Amino acid sequence: MKRLVSMTVNGEEIELAIPPYRTLLDVLRNEGRLTGTKKGCDVGDCGACTVIMDGSPVNSCLVLGIEAEGATIETIEGQHAGPDLPHLIQEKFMDHGGAQCGFCTPGIIMMTKALLKENPNPTESEVRFAIAGNICRCTGYAKIVDAVLAAAEDLRKGRTL
Amino acid sequence: MRPFGFERPETLERAAGIVAAREDRAAPPPLSSAQFIAGGTNMADYMKLGVMRPNLLVDIGRLADPGLRRIAASPDGIRLGALVRMSEAEENADIRIGYPVIAESLQQAASQQIRNMASLGGNILQRTRCEYFRDISWACNKRDPGSGCAAMDGFNRQHAVLGVSDRCIATYHGDFAQALIALDASVETQSPRGGRTMAFSELHRLPGETPHVETQLMADELITLIDIPAKPWARRSHYLKIRDRQSYAFAVASVAVVLDLEDGAVRDVRIALGGLATVPWRAQEAEDELKGGPLDERTAGRAAEAAFAGAMPREHNAFKISLGRQALVRALLETRDMRV
Ligand SMILES: Cc1cc2nc3c(=O)[nH]c(=O)nc-3n(C[C@H](O)[C@H](O)[C@H](O)COP(=O)(O)OP(=O)(O)OC[C@H]3O[C@@H](n4cnc5c(N)ncnc54)[C@H](O)[C@@H]3O)c2cc1C
Ligand code: SF4
Ligand code: FES
Ligand code: FES
Repeated sequence: MKRLVSMTVNGEEIELAIPPYRTLLDVLRNEGRLTGTKKGCDVGDCGACTVIMDGSPVNSCLVLGIEAEGATIETIEGQHAGPDLPHLIQEKFMDHGGAQCGFCTPGIIMMTKALLKENPNPTESEVRFAIAGNICRCTGYAKIVDAVLAAAEDLRKGRTL
Repeated sequence: MRPFGFERPETLERAAGIVAAREDRAAPPPLSSAQFIAGGTNMADYMKLGVMRPNLLVDIGRLADPGLRRIAASPDGIRLGALVRMSEAEENADIRIGYPVIAESLQQAASQQIRNMASLGGNILQRTRCEYFRDISWACNKRDPGSGCAAMDGFNRQHAVLGVSDRCIATYHGDFAQALIALDASVETQSPRGGRTMAFSELHRLPGETPHVETQLMADELITLIDIPAKPWARRSHYLKIRDRQSYAFAVASVAVVLDLEDGAVRDVRIALGGLATVPWRAQEAEDELKGGPLDERTAGRAAEAAFAGAMPREHNAFKISLGRQALVRALLETRDMRV
């Protein structure tokens, strides 16, 4: 039996009919047609599915779609201002080679956004603590950390998230 | 995931009542056909894997009772609502200053994403990560009572050496629970039969003959509060976690220590071990060894010997005994040297 669930995704209020056993990740990717959020492990291990729910980053693969009833969700699709206008964090990931295959990148960008909102001046170890739940098999993390720190520096110069 | 019904009651009474009205209400909670879900990070995972197969899910995440979401510090101690998120407790100033062992146990648990979603009640009741329990193609007495235990003669490197039985050697994998044991916490519960309070150290049950019976709770009984008594000396408390990698991994061995020192001598001490036992484990023999004497490498070593005197390793996990001893010595000395 399906249930009607409404949530606000990237600023837009949507209502979807979903079966209770569908995870938020699958709801976003299938019913929501937002495939930017990735499914890596589907059991909470990798962080590729990270979205921001009511202000906090969570693993969308561990949240049931029905649990998101009434929630405000931000995904990677809502971050850039327009075509060819990347978000500050995306820009820094490009500048610093923070993405290689790119599979982990949407999740790490959402995690970074949540971190910088709370703490625009993080130390390297604070960055590493924040992204500990995001596994990257390509970069070795050093360039990701550089990109996050560079985004933070630009924030302090007056750019916005 | 298998299809299931879903209810989102607004009151505790209703939530417990829904489960109490079911035919199998007397089943041990893990086998009940109706299951509570709070943050869902454990339940959704195990439903996807087919380990949990409820017909009805009762979502307690939105119960209206504000006490369930409150962290209340007072001169008598601190009370934590069962729906408080792990991340909220970890960031709370009263907890960080007065009970560092709690904050440290939470900070080193899981990931930020999981801690944002997971509740304290769900954390306490999280089920084991035994690989054979998680993969339904294996025999497992905990998942399917009476089917056997694939871990016993399988690959059991991560399994428990303390509190084991010949039916189950699965490790209790949470971190926060060890802090609660070391702080003498208690839990309050609600069911249609009323409320009750029990020492946290009595909540979990040893596997014995019935590894599927994991706690003293009934299927229609909810944890509402965690009560931590005031202890001025809890400022000198610490959680040490040893894992296979430095972050985002379950404990291979962990130690929670709460230490009352007077002129260099141990007036009182509470020690709990994680990653090593089938339940959150109080190392009382080690405590007794230390009480009244000095705390140095030698006495800590003797306490560590005592803590593992009854350990029962299997083929691949004997290393946990020496690792656990060393972790215990290190945790004791680090706690002694804290500036409080
Ligand atoms: C990849 C990964 C890594 C992890 N690493 C760690 C780690 O290092 N350390 C650690 O400690 N944990 C770790 N965890 C476990 C995580 O902390 C738990 O999944 C989480 O705390 C469970 O909380 P929840 O609210 O999501 O529980 P749920 O999934 O909602 O519930 C868990 C269980 O508790 C029951 N329940 C929940 N609340 C109540 C209540 N109030 N009364 C009665 N029953 C209740 C449910 O019925 C269910 O059986 C990890 C999890 C994952 C997926
Ligand atoms: S150790 Fe326990 S949980 Fe693991 S397979 Fe054996 S019975 Fe199951
Ligand atoms: S897909 Fe959710 S954590 Fe890997
Ligand atoms: S860039 Fe390939 S996993 Fe991170």
